[in-house]
Amino acid sequence: MNLNTWRGLVIASALLSFVACDKGKKDDKGGGNQAPTTGTIVLGHFASMTGPQATFGISTDQAIRLAIEERNAKGGVKGRRLELVTIDDAGKQSEAATAVTRLINDHHAVAVLGEVASSLSLAGGPIAQKAKVPMISPSSTNPDVTDVGDYVFRVCFLDDFQGWVTAKFARENLKAQKAAILYDQAQAYSSGLADYFEKAFKEMGGTIVTKQAYTGGNLEISSQLQSVKGAGADVVFLPGYYSDAGTIIRKAREAGIKVPFVGGDGWDSEELAKIAGDAINGNYYSNHYVPDEDRPEVRNFVGNYQKKYGKTPDALAALGYDAALVLFDAMERAPSLDGKPLRDAIAGTKNFTGVTGTFSIDENRNAKKSAVIVEYQGGKKVMAARIEKK
Amino acid sequence: MSSLSASDLLQTTINFLAVGGLYALIALGYTLVYGILRFINFAHSDIVSWGAWIALTVASAAGWLASGRSGAAPAFALPLVLLVTMAVCAAMGVTIERLAYRPLRKAPRLNVLITAIGVSLFLQNVGLLDKVFGNRPSTISALLQNDVLATVGGVQLRLFDMLTIFLTLVLVVVLERIVYGTRMGRAMRAVSFDERVASLMGVNVNVVVSVTFALGSALAGAGGILFALRNDLRMTADASWVLLGLKAFVAAVVGGIGNVRGAAAGALLIAFVEVFVHRYVNAAFPDKPWVGQLQDIYVFGILILVLMFKPSGLLGKAVREKV
Repeated sequence: MNLNTWRGLVIASALLSFVACDKGKKDDKGGGNQAPTTGTIVLGHFASMTGPQATFGISTDQAIRLAIEERNAKGGVKGRRLELVTIDDAGKQSEAATAVTRLINDHHAVAVLGEVASSLSLAGGPIAQKAKVPMISPSSTNPDVTDVGDYVFRVCFLDDFQGWVTAKFARENLKAQKAAILYDQAQAYSSGLADYFEKAFKEMGGTIVTKQAYTGGNLEISSQLQSVKGAGADVVFLPGYYSDAGTIIRKAREAGIKVPFVGGDGWDSEELAKIAGDAINGNYYSNHYVPDEDRPEVRNFVGNYQKKYGKTPDALAALGYDAALVLFDAMERAPSLDGKPLRDAIAGTKNFTGVTGTFSIDENRNAKKSAVIVEYQGGKKVMAARIEKK
Repeated sequence: MSSLSASDLLQTTINFLAVGGLYALIALGYTLVYGILRFINFAHSDIVSWGAWIALTVASAAGWLASGRSGAAPAFALPLVLLVTMAVCAAMGVTIERLAYRPLRKAPRLNVLITAIGVSLFLQNVGLLDKVFGNRPSTISALLQNDVLATVGGVQLRLFDMLTIFLTLVLVVVLERIVYGTRMGRAMRAVSFDERVASLMGVNVNVVVSVTFALGSALAGAGGILFALRNDLRMTADASWVLLGLKAFVAAVVGGIGNVRGAAAGALLIAFVEVFVHRYVNAAFPDKPWVGQLQDIYVFGILILVLMFKPSGLLGKAVREKV
């Protein structure tokens, strides 16, 4: 055995013992569940920063960063600075699970914010649940999202509530007796909302004169529009996404359908009015907030967001901001930032006033809150009504 | 029942003709390429979507979409945008063939097919980039106001429908004249019949293939603009373009792939099923909403029926496989 071989062996064993020590250290931590008590607090955010729903993730992330910046300027939480780590999931379910794993294991986030799309929250939720790190979804409205486990919360309302709100508005404010439904059969969001609306509208004494389906993206729907026109409805419920809804409303007006359209929060995008043009006026949708509502929370948020990013925040931004504020509030109240106490503090959120209204977290970890009805007038969004919780 | 009145029938007929015309324009591209090269160009529907977005890019560069109001652009805007788009799409088709398909001309057909899928995915995703077309839906409705031209029997004849029907007729007639009435058309038919013999007779196969791609892609560009005028623009990677391409492809197969008149006939049949059958079957069963939900099933059901009873398509000739 010559000198070189000896040297090699020594280095190898040194490396081995180093690796072993490192491994031992990690094991002591107990799965990242026990947070350090000093230094910067890391919060995680998983979002679609690229991909077809990139606007969702970017809006939400910008609002969360604004909330953190404002909080740090006021001294942070428990006297400690906050830091946000955002991991892009590109709108893919497999990436969402990986993103949450990385936020918890690599970045030791004390809590995770995200996602917008319900399918992605459903992919990330089980990871957070297993690691016992609280997760707050700002804007996933599908009922299943918070059923994942007791560490998963949300600050938005649910689709069954939204169906009820739109039915109530159509029945009481628009005085509609007969409603037609035109929904996207390829989107669980749309068909779910259509069913909730139908149920609520019938319970309130109205009738559904026709229920027509289309497939998202296939906008050759002239025969569906003819059926809707022939049915003689007072209102048309159109719970699709903005990318279809704008075109459908324009085509419906050209086909001679003159009654108002009512939709859900899937309509909330600048593109809707742009695509529909003048045809957008006189139509309504239920939403989480309106930027021109006259409350100090809304005025401050809209003003600061506009100053920082140069555009009006959409509902996803408002919900992202509220999710961050709910988390800060819970962190301040929690005795420590470990998984269990922080979870209990979030679950104990009562009458919290944010940008999207005043709400409490209920026993199913959902936000109990009101909804606003937005009306388009002269191409602008105005608040038509606020409908309180059931 | 009011929904089965005469005016309803007329409205449904107009819808059927407009949708059928649109499918025909796109189906011709599939059928031309298949006729010459015996392969299905899966990137064809992406030429359609790029055509629509190129039209948007050209129109907004000219400042015609700035006001965002429907029909704000001058009257010559649409013809100009149409010509530019068709030219750019033709160039795109030729380039794709030159770079992606020609090197594989002698390779097994499966290789070309998979390459076409690759080209399709490439175009879909490049189109999504912010610097290209971006990932937000948009509209070109400012190019043309969808005016009511006349009212017949209580039905408004709208400009878009009439334009689609008219433009399709013109382009199909022009294509028919090229294929059956020019030297180039004869060369195309010769290559389609037997590429090697045609080449021995002095036909430049590469030129013929390039011209074929140029023609098919120009029609796809026109189809993209007409589709965008009717239905606005979704992102290039959106499933709506794939579905549109799929229906046009089914039209080409149903009509007899490789046959120009067959593609037009197939497109009309597909549109008939989609619009007419959906309208009347749906109206006949008002209590059974699932009848209307099966709209796309009817379309693809036709494909299955035709393939079962006349596998070469309605106007296709059964060709014995050469040994």
